[in-house]
Amino acid sequence: MADTATTLPPAHRAPRFDVRTILTRYGAWIALVLLILVNLAITPNFATWQTLNVNLTQVCAIVIVGVGMTLVIATGGIDLSVGALMAIAGALAPLIFLGKLFPLPHPAIGIALAFILPVLAAAALGWFNGWLVTRLRIQPIIATLVLFIAGRGIAQVFTNGNLQVFNLPSFQFIGLGRVFGIPFQAILMIFIVATAAWMLRRTVFGRQILAIGGNEKAARLSGIPVASVKKRVYLISGFLSGIAGLIVIARNSAADANLVGLGMELDAIAAVAVGGTLLTGGRATIIGTLVGALIIQLVRYTLLANGVPDAAALVAKAAIIVLAVWLQRQSYR
Amino acid sequence: MAPLLTMHGIDKRFAGIPALRSADLVVERGEVHALIGQNGAGKSTIIKILTGYYRKDAGEILFDGRPVEFSSPQEAQRAGISTIYQEINLVPYRSVTENICLGREKRRFGLLNWSAMHAEARALLARFKIDIDVRRPLMAYPTAIQQMVAIARAIGFEAKLVIMDEPTSSLDEREVEVLFNVIRQLRQADVSVIFVSHKLDELYAVCDRVTIMRDGRTVQVAPMNQLSRIDLVTSMLGRELSQVLHEGHDTTDTASETPGSVLEVRNLAIGRKVSDVSFDVRPGEIVGLAGLLGAGRTESVRAVFGVDKPNAGTVSFGGRENAIVAPSDAIRAGMGFCSEDRKLEGIIPDMSVRENLTLALMPQLARRGIVDEARSRAIVDRFIKRLGIRCTGPEQRIRELSGGNQQKVLLARWLCMNPKLLILDEPTRGIDVGAKAEILSLIRELAGQGLGVLMISSELEEVVEAASRIFVLRDGRTVAELHGDEVNEQSVMSAMAHGHESDREVAHG
Amino acid sequence: MNTTSLKLFQGIGRYGVLLALVALILFGWLRYENFLGAFNVLTVLRYNSMFALVALGMCFVIITGGIDLSVGSTAALGSVVAALLSPYGVMPGLLGGLGAGLAIGACNAFIITRLNILPFIATLATMLAASGCALLLADNQSVSVSYETGFVELGQGDFLGFPIPAWIALIAYLLGSLILNFTSFGRTVLAIGGNEDAARLMGLPAQRVKALVYLASGGLAGLAGVILAAQFGAGQPIEGVGWELFAIAAVVVGGTLLTGGVGSVGSTLAGVLLLGLIFNILNFENGLGWISLSAYWQSVIRGAFLLLVVAIQARLSMRTEEAA
Repeated sequence: MADTATTLPPAHRAPRFDVRTILTRYGAWIALVLLILVNLAITPNFATWQTLNVNLTQVCAIVIVGVGMTLVIATGGIDLSVGALMAIAGALAPLIFLGKLFPLPHPAIGIALAFILPVLAAAALGWFNGWLVTRLRIQPIIATLVLFIAGRGIAQVFTNGNLQVFNLPSFQFIGLGRVFGIPFQAILMIFIVATAAWMLRRTVFGRQILAIGGNEKAARLSGIPVASVKKRVYLISGFLSGIAGLIVIARNSAADANLVGLGMELDAIAAVAVGGTLLTGGRATIIGTLVGALIIQLVRYTLLANGVPDAAALVAKAAIIVLAVWLQRQSYR
Repeated sequence: MAPLLTMHGIDKRFAGIPALRSADLVVERGEVHALIGQNGAGKSTIIKILTGYYRKDAGEILFDGRPVEFSSPQEAQRAGISTIYQEINLVPYRSVTENICLGREKRRFGLLNWSAMHAEARALLARFKIDIDVRRPLMAYPTAIQQMVAIARAIGFEAKLVIMDEPTSSLDEREVEVLFNVIRQLRQADVSVIFVSHKLDELYAVCDRVTIMRDGRTVQVAPMNQLSRIDLVTSMLGRELSQVLHEGHDTTDTASETPGSVLEVRNLAIGRKVSDVSFDVRPGEIVGLAGLLGAGRTESVRAVFGVDKPNAGTVSFGGRENAIVAPSDAIRAGMGFCSEDRKLEGIIPDMSVRENLTLALMPQLARRGIVDEARSRAIVDRFIKRLGIRCTGPEQRIRELSGGNQQKVLLARWLCMNPKLLILDEPTRGIDVGAKAEILSLIRELAGQGLGVLMISSELEEVVEAASRIFVLRDGRTVAELHGDEVNEQSVMSAMAHGHESDREVAHG
Repeated sequence: MNTTSLKLFQGIGRYGVLLALVALILFGWLRYENFLGAFNVLTVLRYNSMFALVALGMCFVIITGGIDLSVGSTAALGSVVAALLSPYGVMPGLLGGLGAGLAIGACNAFIITRLNILPFIATLATMLAASGCALLLADNQSVSVSYETGFVELGQGDFLGFPIPAWIALIAYLLGSLILNFTSFGRTVLAIGGNEDAARLMGLPAQRVKALVYLASGGLAGLAGVILAAQFGAGQPIEGVGWELFAIAAVVVGGTLLTGGVGSVGSTLAGVLLLGLIFNILNFENGLGWISLSAYWQSVIRGAFLLLVVAIQARLSMRTEEAA
């Protein structure tokens, strides 16, 4: 991966152009390019703005959640609660701007609060995950399982399971708006990806994340504040899930607590895995997660555009995940 | 009679890098065969090929007269090869019986016969004069017992060949003697033993012949009693011994007159293992902490560094009392700590030499949270040169380095912080002789520049040679402080071995 | 060292869940009229037998230190296959569902032991694949079972006055307990979870045992799918969402260490019943009319309950660490 943050290729290996090495290192990129080439050849109307926009908007929420998931996985953890947190954020926002939660002095304030409060709530719940992991030392998979089970229930209880339909362009800008013809959510996604990639590579915080994932005991003995770094990482994951939840409901003009973010944890983990992040922690690539999500989305699009049923695309997705992780293992030997 | 085992022309490469080049190993029936070499010489690799853990690239293996190629440790075990690995490879949650009998269970009506299995486990352990409750989980017993359980397991398989990879590293002297008796019993029963160890005394005490490996090749095979120690070491290192032993003794006592301690520990108590430990370190001085395994040395220094919480006692560092509650406090105050287990607590294997080296320094290298890469590179280059770290460059992954070079990177991790005190827990464990000497002379040089060093080492001669003062710990208490002429192996040993209550405790868990 | 704490830990895990179960039953018995009536008891057992089967497989998988996320969609696939084959008789339906489960289990075993991919990610992939297969076979809708061949008896029938699915689950648990405690296979499962490298170096057939465990988990999930189809009269390609996490929760509530190496079949069953009863009691509570909690509270309460259990476990293990 181009931005695998921990290591640059060792100098002595550079002259050896091993097919296998290339395949494993740049496999995700090669797959993405191949997919695009195949589509240019067989899919009608592929090289259009519309196709690009469709695919970008489909992939946005997954990538944004995937960035948080990449960071969590880089510390050696996992966050199963992302989908549930999206549902909570998605359920809260309409309650706020429709004035159901508390009376609004002004619609603009309602919209501002509808952006801020749900995301903060999701971030706070993310922090709670981190607290469970660090303070009670519960394994991440179980700690986040709690909110995975309870979180969607909370969202459903808020809304009584009802669909909330709305039409509020100023709020829905986050999902439907365009800047110079580019969907605003895509811009937001690229901004988040770029920031996170830079953060992971260049900042102390990024180094600390990778050090903890690589060897937590050594990291602690080197004075790294392990608990606080982990809590921050889970908080970021919750925060980004909140944003993704808002994007999804804005795009649909409706919030359905039963469906928002359903299965998102798996999509995000799949994108992270296909992108080349080591699932045991210590090696992570944010750009890779973006590429991974794009691959998964493009495969689905290719199949659908060529008349293959959606269910078969699931099987294809499964095959891609296994193949990607297997290739990754080969390079790791 | 043909030898029991003949390995001939064995080649093995990992990711294109040769680990074995046409290596040979021949073991006769009923002999104890020493296999020695520096780290990375290929001992572990050749053993793992024999036991089916790795697959060889070339060469042939004859075992008991037949060509073999085991594809798993299980197959090797069935053919009569049992292995005891360096790190204890047992299952801590499970009972002693299960750890001994799993893989050749006794059955009745197709189901496990627990009482027969317990009886067998007890009988096997009795050969080591160990009498414990075999139903309790293995983790309930101290390391030495666990090691004995591992050996009992290996012997229980009626093996023709038993491989012991540094089996004595966690045993005390008396236990080593018990182990040697068992090895002699095995030899009498015509069972062969491959014995891997770094401790020369043990090799001469128990082995018949020796195979010496270097750089993946077999360089010498000889009867033990026809090979002098000097020849053995020379052959192992591949260079003149004088070079290895080129170390001055002049640094001792240079700094012992400096007044004021940088670290002072009084009446420290931690958990059950440490009840009353006191010691102090002055600037520019190397202080050794000696004691048997379980005496509380590691526990004490971990508490000093803020890793574990003490129940009682005072730790004053730089004049401030009990100000350290976490490693980050210790680091900020100017302490560095190289832990005992390099792989588990030291290196971050996937990170580069550079990232590992600057791990603790990172916050100081950063401006507003952003790492200053240029400065980091400059510092890393300086330390790579100064400590002579052999790597392809600062960006090489640390896992690809040898043990000695990894240890140097970890030393550099602390040295680049300009610490006032460096705590070294077994700084030379698992490191070859050459790198050992380099690291020890480096420590001396640093102390000469005013750094306080607190060193734990299980190798007596190492502590005695390096330290100007030694505190001896026994059963969680400081029992002696030796300085000046008292710093010699005899006085340390007599202080460590005052009375034998400790031995009995170990035996009964 | 800390063997007493380990015992304590296991004890609380094992008996804590039983105590909680007894307390919950007492609570229900005192509060609601028909709580311990035959109808309610049998309904609870009938309904939860599917989860019990899935949780049994999960229990073995978790003891090896692994995880199986595919059980939910495997059950869905099993129900679809069973429904499609039900017109040919009971046996084809049963074996078909079971076979589908075993097939997914075999995929898991292959990916995990041959390709050396983490169980988490491997079963995540087969979860998607199984779900895709179920949807393809069922053509995106539920598949009615045949009522003529008696297939539905597998889910709705009784034998000696006891629901057939509950019999199946009971037998499975007895066998499971026997295998874990009294066969070398079972002890190897525990050893692998305790320290896989050690188990391998001890010459135990770690890979084969792991493969069998995933195969069994798939088979049990397939069987749960058969019962699902028989009980509700239809193969449900989109059922089973979240079953895997329910099963994990039940296993953890039952005191099995998620890191592997320690675990018990019996307390897993108690964990399943405990989580199942929470739903049951919620229904009763609504029936009383005192409060009106929507069904959505169910998951909130389950989550809270899981939190409580893991928090207690965590506290306990922390205290034992400190004592050591």
